Amino acid sequence: MSSGIALSTPPPATPPGAVRVGQVSEGLRRWRKFKSALVAGLCLTCALIVVTPLALVFGYLVIKGVGSINLDFFTKLPVPHGETGGGVVHAIVGSFILIGLAALVGLPTGILGAVYITEYAGRRFASVVRFAADLLNGVPSIVWGIVAYAILVLPKGSPFSLGHYSAIAGALALAFIMIPLVLRTSEEVLLLVPNGYREAALALGVARWKIATRIVLKTASKGVLTGALLAVARVSGETAPLLFTALGNSGWSHGIRDPMSALPLQIYAYAISPYPDENRQAWAAALVLLLMVLVLNVGLRYATRDRLPTRPGTRGKKLSSAANTAATTAVTGGAVTVPQT
Amino acid sequence: MSSDNPATVAVPTNRAPAVSSRVVNFPASSALPAVSPTDAVAIDAREVNIFYGEKHAVIDATLGIPARSVTAIIGPSGCGKSTFLRCLNRMHELTPGARMTGSIRLNGENLYDPKVDPTVVRRRVGMVFQKSNPFPTMTIGENVTVGLRLNGVRDKAFLRERLEDALRKAALWDEVKSDLAKPGISLSGGQQQRLCIARAIAVQPEVLLMDEPTSALDPIATAKVEELMNELKRNFTIVIVTHSMQQATRVADQTAFFYLGKLVEFAPTRELFNNPREKQTEAYITGRFG
Repeated sequence: MSSGIALSTPPPATPPGAVRVGQVSEGLRRWRKFKSALVAGLCLTCALIVVTPLALVFGYLVIKGVGSINLDFFTKLPVPHGETGGGVVHAIVGSFILIGLAALVGLPTGILGAVYITEYAGRRFASVVRFAADLLNGVPSIVWGIVAYAILVLPKGSPFSLGHYSAIAGALALAFIMIPLVLRTSEEVLLLVPNGYREAALALGVARWKIATRIVLKTASKGVLTGALLAVARVSGETAPLLFTALGNSGWSHGIRDPMSALPLQIYAYAISPYPDENRQAWAAALVLLLMVLVLNVGLRYATRDRLPTRPGTRGKKLSSAANTAATTAVTGGAVTVPQT
Repeated sequence: MSSDNPATVAVPTNRAPAVSSRVVNFPASSALPAVSPTDAVAIDAREVNIFYGEKHAVIDATLGIPARSVTAIIGPSGCGKSTFLRCLNRMHELTPGARMTGSIRLNGENLYDPKVDPTVVRRRVGMVFQKSNPFPTMTIGENVTVGLRLNGVRDKAFLRERLEDALRKAALWDEVKSDLAKPGISLSGGQQQRLCIARAIAVQPEVLLMDEPTSALDPIATAKVEELMNELKRNFTIVIVTHSMQQATRVADQTAFFYLGKLVEFAPTRELFNNPREKQTEAYITGRFG
């Protein structure tokens, strides 16, 4: 209060009615307070709008799906239409294989592409790649399905075509959705690595490629992993690209050159099915898919937590923590994340 | 260009032995073993010009930096002193649009020979930066040996030996010997800077460049780093850019004054500060500008 700053010093004698600097009328002050509260309230509303759908979806899935989740659901194959019971183990395994293959192709490509444009490329080439990635991020996922279908499924589509539906085609469609996503998120965190680290390593006579991988990428690894996770979560739920490629399968078949089932495909098939028991299992499968993404997310964050404990306050700016929080919140709705600052 | 420039005339270009003999007589460096004339000049820079695009950052700088001594480069901001320092290990090449003409020889070898790999140059000419920058993903120990490990050294015993040697030379061993597995960034600011010095000397360079190494440190940490420089010059040739003229007088055997991209004067430190030959030098050191 009496800290001696200009605004709180005793007002000098002024003619009545004159407004002194830093002092405003009661009405104006109320109006300003109202505006401040209005903006804060508007922002709060928007923040709630972000979280609400996730809470609703998750709650609804639990209500509708939890009753159908039992051991059989995770261990048994589907039973013939019309019968009750059975499970979706083939789709769960299929999802893991498809996402694993997609990650195997998509993550290194996206991450190394980002390393190239931040560590090596000239400004023009980098902006061309960045622009292309932004455009590709806007491509609807079904288009990727059709592209993979045309190239890898149609018998005379290309020299690489298998001529039939296959898990490879599905995984590649998913990989191409991941690449621009991973590239952009990785690029953002690589750019956050202070140049001082690159210079320090250069001054030690370390080769450029080792600086890129062992210093820069390692320093940004948490943020890069978060971006990778976001991409994995994003494609885990993709259905459209798989409809034209992996197709789906109701039996235990996991050759990557053959059609393969996946949870989203199974959800789609069961959701439009006329049999109530299959509808019920669709809810359960959706819940399982959401939980899988959640477990993957929390698990990876736990695995990549800070191994080097730091003195509080010594690490002024945590690389990637902003991107980290943002990405995780996007995936989990913030319901399970402790925001780190 | 250089001939009608009085500044460069004053530079003791080809009189390297003369410089070194004066160095030996200079009281501040009495601890220094007599420099033999053969290796007197470690870095021989001639007619160095550096351009950033259109900007002519360093103009016709010619000087011989004596081996195993501390050479300070002073001058106001933007005078080209940091640029000149960075061209001594070819770090300026990383700045887009940077060009350099002239020659720089390290113990007789041209650092800018097309056959010379800049990576090898930087292994021989190490650098310590204004802001301490230990790698945040590495422990104290890993930070010291990183230069060796990333250059392919696998021998654990050898790494351990170099680790201790470098930390001792950086006067940090006693403070961190039981904390080698702690993160490098857990140290205090002054310790971090000495860790960076240890990291730089672990690869055993011939020259150590320091770009305002103490400007982010408190006076006590600064004193430690300065003391360290005095020790290190027994093994290394040190070139330090500093904003502090007091620091130059404390640590440097000889001092170069840059102004507006030109090397105005290069002389033994005491001579430059007590009896400057150039008007610009005198104006700067007496605080009339800069």
